[in-house]
Amino acid sequence: MKMDMRTPYAKVTGKGAIGDGTSHFWRQRLTGLANVPLTLFLVWLVTQLAGADRTEMIGLVSNPIVAGLLVLTIVSVCWHMALGLAVVIEDYIHAEGLKIILIIGNNFFALAIAGLTIVAVLKLSFGG
Amino acid sequence: MKQSRRPLSPHLEIYHFSLTMALSIIHRITGVGLYFGTGLLAWWLIAAAAGPEPLALVHSMLGNWFGQLVLIGFTWALFHHMLGGLKHFIWDTGSGLEPEQRQMLSWINIVGGLILTGLTWLFLVWM
Repeated sequence: MKMDMRTPYAKVTGKGAIGDGTSHFWRQRLTGLANVPLTLFLVWLVTQLAGADRTEMIGLVSNPIVAGLLVLTIVSVCWHMALGLAVVIEDYIHAEGLKIILIIGNNFFALAIAGLTIVAVLKLSFGG
Repeated sequence: MKQSRRPLSPHLEIYHFSLTMALSIIHRITGVGLYFGTGLLAWWLIAAAAGPEPLALVHSMLGNWFGQLVLIGFTWALFHHMLGGLKHFIWDTGSGLEPEQRQMLSWINIVGGLILTGLTWLFLVWM
């Protein structure tokens, strides 16, 4: 399957709100699909550990499968949410300068959440 | 792209408000709510990694009635948005687009979201 679904003309003209809609659509579906089992896992994990102390949290998260699934969940959720909010921004913000600032902010927020949370999960997983 | 001063064609003013229309904007609103809500999840995990005092702060902030209300709302937003997403997958294939089918999917979305939220809190949180 072609990784880039854009025609040469589309790439050159970059029409559309972000100039790159088709791959966005596909990645949104892909992460959305992955999110179904992953967020069910997340709901389970959160309800298991809600209110628990550090020792108990470290106990569960030190299981490599739990930690691995948690990392995958964070990646998929953050990617999906960044894609989603990008569409919201494109729909309502038409001033190019403000749109760019918000798109950057959107991506940075998603990356920050992902990066910081993954490191936290790894720290807990390796013993706290 | 400069902002044009030409008038927009009417949309919200003239379209008959429908169930699918309401669910569409609710899907977006729950999505945006979930987006910022991940901050809560991140806060909890980062606090746990940081130490017992930050974690205790999270417990006190989210453990009181208001925090629990926020979390119930977050749970509902999650399940409603997830079922909405599955509804969109069905529509992506081209099926379920007839009026009666759209209505049915919409009601399943609404009721399912409430049921899953209730079940989660009843059986996974409170019991």
